[in-house]
Amino acid sequence: MATEPRQKPLEEREAERTTMSGHPIAPLYGPELAPADPEESIGRPGEYPFTRGPYESMHRGKLWTMRQFAGFGTVEETNKRFHYLLDHGQTGLSTAFDMPTLMGYDSDHERSLGEVGREGVAVDSLDDMEQLFDGIPLGGVTTSMTINAPAAILLAYYVLVGEQQGVPADKLGGTIQTDILKEYIAQKEWCFPIEPAMRLVTDMIEWCTENMPRWHPVSISGYHIREAGSTAQQELAFTLKDGFTYVERALERGLDIDDFAPRLSFFFNAHIDFFEEIAKYRAARRIWAREMRDTYGAKREESMRLRFHAQTAGVSLTAQQPLNNVVRTSLEALAAVLGGTQSLHTNSFDEALALPTEEAVRVALRTQQIIGFESGAPNTPDPLGGSWFVEKLTDEMEAAAYDYFARIDELGGMVEAIRRNFPQREIADAAFTYQREVDERSRIVVGVNDFVQEDEQPTPILRIDPSLERKQTDRLAATRACRDATTVESALAELKRAAATDANLMPPIIAAARARTTEGEMISALQEVFGTYTESPVF
Amino acid sequence: MEAATARKIRVVVAKPGLDGHDRGAKIIARALRDAGMEVIYTGLHQTPEQIAETVIQEDADAVGLSILSGAHMTLVPRVVELLKAQGVDDVLVTVGGTIPADDIPELKELGVAAVFTPGSGTDEIVDFIRSGAEERHEREEA
Repeated sequence: MATEPRQKPLEEREAERTTMSGHPIAPLYGPELAPADPEESIGRPGEYPFTRGPYESMHRGKLWTMRQFAGFGTVEETNKRFHYLLDHGQTGLSTAFDMPTLMGYDSDHERSLGEVGREGVAVDSLDDMEQLFDGIPLGGVTTSMTINAPAAILLAYYVLVGEQQGVPADKLGGTIQTDILKEYIAQKEWCFPIEPAMRLVTDMIEWCTENMPRWHPVSISGYHIREAGSTAQQELAFTLKDGFTYVERALERGLDIDDFAPRLSFFFNAHIDFFEEIAKYRAARRIWAREMRDTYGAKREESMRLRFHAQTAGVSLTAQQPLNNVVRTSLEALAAVLGGTQSLHTNSFDEALALPTEEAVRVALRTQQIIGFESGAPNTPDPLGGSWFVEKLTDEMEAAAYDYFARIDELGGMVEAIRRNFPQREIADAAFTYQREVDERSRIVVGVNDFVQEDEQPTPILRIDPSLERKQTDRLAATRACRDATTVESALAELKRAAATDANLMPPIIAAARARTTEGEMISALQEVFGTYTESPVF
Repeated sequence: MEAATARKIRVVVAKPGLDGHDRGAKIIARALRDAGMEVIYTGLHQTPEQIAETVIQEDADAVGLSILSGAHMTLVPRVVELLKAQGVDDVLVTVGGTIPADDIPELKELGVAAVFTPGSGTDEIVDFIRSGAEERHEREEA
């Protein structure tokens, strides 16, 4: 319980006001900040540098895609959840895979014990992928897949399911996350050392540029960096720097920037400090446009437009008084909308402790629908444009990002910075600072360190049936039994041979996938050539 | 017990299984270190066997298992079992992470001393580990 007054004296409050990232907020922002030439410095939506939005009409012309991240158990449970969400009005699919799938292990691997279907859906082979999208025409919906180190394999599965449905690869629309740099920085799901992993990313960008013009082969992400504890400024800077690094690698491969850059996409966190988030998105667009044009030589506007998906901040959810999370998610979602997102996932109120129940995810989806259809927020692009506060904050976010770019460049670029644990240490320090603030109650989290309820009853949550693990390993055994072992063997041999050259690995991966080679088998084969990765953690 | 002659508390902070969420584990590791304890952070992707071996090799007073993947009811009992099998059953075992309330009684029955769920304060955790470890030192020296 609070022992001191919640409201400190006015002078103290004014002296110490910052965003949740520690960025100072002035007592007042006024017309003295208005730019001399707003057309030039702020610009227009749909025009370089796209600060106000990548498109002229933004949500007035077309609402963001309502795309709820979903997956648990086996493909049967997840397919059902996909249908539920589509039936309730979501407009795009987003797939969560389980830890074994994310880390490149088959469901029957000893390291998969207890982990199958817990954090997402278990996918071991093309057989699973077929059932995952059962009854869902891939030509009529876009799908996002959150998977990184094994991304090429899951993309192969998706392409083959499309093929079976009669949808050619060049008609498939969607996104695969693939963003391996942020794995080493924050999400920590890896299979290989950095260089071979980067080669795979460039292979995917190259192959998709040629074969999948409607697809985003990478979703350059800040969400996970932020969830790991970074500030908004670090999220912005590290994400964009990762993006520049992928651009550089693709250019080194000999790709034309105006061929691949239009299909790069981004994924940001939508956290609880409302105005800081809006400023972050606006700064991101401006920085990306400028760098793509001036540093990387892009000529087409499509190459300069930063388009992003947003997810409301998982770390902001509390286990205490879970209904409060509906409010948090709503504010965060509104910030993402006002910040100009193209696609949005809203967290469910019960997600502090488990994957969402049907009821909870329905409320999360309704949150987007209420913002979209009732609140008026979509009616005009960048409604906060011109706000003295938001424009100043945007400029300051931009400056903070450039500071970080300079520091990373001094270290030799992002890959080298990661090897030296630079972003990891920044994140650990920011996370520790934030926790100290919460422990000291200089930062209030409602229900946790103030406004606490002593006699709370636990909320019912989703439980993953442990027998689903056995169901999945049985499915896997059936896949292995039915396929042609010789074809699989030679496909794996060819994959290893190609991996040791600089050939694009998508074709041999697709061939192996077609033969029902499992994800774990392909990853193991590649690890024989590439090696594995262990981090040297800093805390 | 005087601070000057008290031996340092040794704590292993471990991440069992495939779970990559290390924000909380790192914060606790640092807080324990700031509180004057010797902290061994195992890093990610540890098998129960690796964790038990580290606890024994490091002569740890306490082990904190951090797990947010939902696999805790498989991995935590396995660690506890391995520690018991190797005759190290007086080490303080604590668990942190996304642990549903319903699972806590079973974990405690297995011998887990405390489960720290989301919203737990850092000082609460540090104090719990400190007093549990000090008790262990007293028992050993008795």
